[in-house]
Amino acid sequence: MLDLRLPRLRRDALTVLRRNLRVWRKLLGPAVAMNFGEPLLYLLGFGYGLGIFIGQMSDMPYLTFLASGIIASSAMTTASFEGMYSVFTRMVPQRTYEALLATPLEIDDILAGEMLWCGTKALFSGIAILAVATALGVVAGWQALLALPVVFLTGLCFAGPAIIMSALASNYDFFNYYFVLVVTPMMLLCGVFYPIDSLPELMQYIVQALPLTHAVALTRPLVAGQAVTDVGLHLSVLVAYTLISYYLAVVLVRRRLLV
Amino acid sequence: MSRPQPDMPAAPLVRARGLSKVYDQHRAVDGIDFSIPRGKCFGFLGPNGAGKTTTLRMLMGLTPMSAGELTVFDLPLPAAAREVRRRVGIVPQADNLDPDFSVQENLQVYASYFGLRGNETETRIERLLEFAALTDRRRSKTETLSGGMKRRLTIARALINEPELVILDEPTTGLDPQARHIIWGRLMELRRRGTTLVLTTHYMEEAERLCDELVIMDQGRILDQGTPAQLIQRHVEPEVIEIRGRAELLERLQPTPDCRIEQMGTSLYCYTGDSRGLMQRLQSDPELTFMHRPAGLEDVFLKLTGRELRD
Repeated sequence: MLDLRLPRLRRDALTVLRRNLRVWRKLLGPAVAMNFGEPLLYLLGFGYGLGIFIGQMSDMPYLTFLASGIIASSAMTTASFEGMYSVFTRMVPQRTYEALLATPLEIDDILAGEMLWCGTKALFSGIAILAVATALGVVAGWQALLALPVVFLTGLCFAGPAIIMSALASNYDFFNYYFVLVVTPMMLLCGVFYPIDSLPELMQYIVQALPLTHAVALTRPLVAGQAVTDVGLHLSVLVAYTLISYYLAVVLVRRRLLV
Repeated sequence: MSRPQPDMPAAPLVRARGLSKVYDQHRAVDGIDFSIPRGKCFGFLGPNGAGKTTTLRMLMGLTPMSAGELTVFDLPLPAAAREVRRRVGIVPQADNLDPDFSVQENLQVYASYFGLRGNETETRIERLLEFAALTDRRRSKTETLSGGMKRRLTIARALINEPELVILDEPTTGLDPQARHIIWGRLMELRRRGTTLVLTTHYMEEAERLCDELVIMDQGRILDQGTPAQLIQRHVEPEVIEIRGRAELLERLQPTPDCRIEQMGTSLYCYTGDSRGLMQRLQSDPELTFMHRPAGLEDVFLKLTGRELRD
């Protein structure tokens, strides 16, 4: 029988966030190398390589177009990796959740903490990309900093579905399905590398239902210094994905662990 | 509701009535009643699959019960699970120390889950490191610790919130004798300080040494309950002679006077209140090896739960 009660949000979630932050600090070197190294390679490789042929895209230099898209897509991949491999490790083989559940913490708190942590990690990667992009001179101005809260929200929004996968997974290989069927298609279709108006009309409707499209729609004008449109719509989609996936994740993890 | 009478012992810490857990068709816990007195060590003794761990998980509010009533500190479970776990220490069957942290960090991080921090908590962590004899291993990663050290750390971790009740699921399974004796010493020390202990075990020696009171469980039910001495008195004769030898030699002993006989493998167990007759015969037969001992919990356990193999 499923326990469908609505989760309650409490400050206790922050203790789980702090635990993960404390582990992350111990592995700061490799973490930072990954955060800065990857976007740097992407931007230099793709941006300069392709940029020479492309020049402008959607009224901005291709490097700006790419950086403002990657800042959103990397929030997606960062949160997805964390919500799958790391959360699954803590939930199943490492039995960290069993230890957490022997304290006053409940699954509601644990998963809220994990999602906040996924958002935080996405934020770290966003800061790194923005720093690299600024150094390459493709960021328009201070309003680009407003992309960071969007990146955090994007992290939350992708953390929930990833944790749902962890709740359903029997092993790590299961996550391949999610990457092939969800993460990579969004990366390629949601406007990270090219504008979505170049897609066939039907596909344009479909990608409107995907959260990454809305994340990119916010980060791109913020980074490029253009006017942001439909802010309410884009934020609502991201918030809706966050809340619904959090709820489903709580129900599924309860089903898995509270037996 | 009856009011406590002045002469009655203190109200029990845990009360269960008709407690059940059903998985699909399988009745893991099948309508059990028990109450656990404050300040005692209370044991659940039973073979694998008896329902001990499921019972403990219900006590922690982690397994939803199928039927019955359960209160801890007079708080209803699972509704008050959060409040109950705030006041309980839990030592799980398998170690789940955090491998991302050192010994000391494990205690600090675990304290934070209870909202504990600051100087007072740091002092408490020092005391617990001493209690676990891990002061000089405080910076070690947990995977470098021996099985006994990990167990001691897990017990220390369970004490971080100064619990009134500590729940231990098979606290010494898999440990060598030395490590086991150290754990027993720590648990007795805890009980002396007034902490109520609840443990599951399938080690008779452990139950006999530690438990003031215990229940014997099998197939989800409680078969009997009492102090170790009461259980022994109630179910088995005071003396046991275990005889080993080839089958035809054992047959020579039949019929055996004044004895209740049980056979298990190549051994014969003779339970008796008066061993003199049998002892005389055994001492005159050099081909048989035997051991004469007082009856113990193991005899009660085997009598109540049967001798067939459990998986």
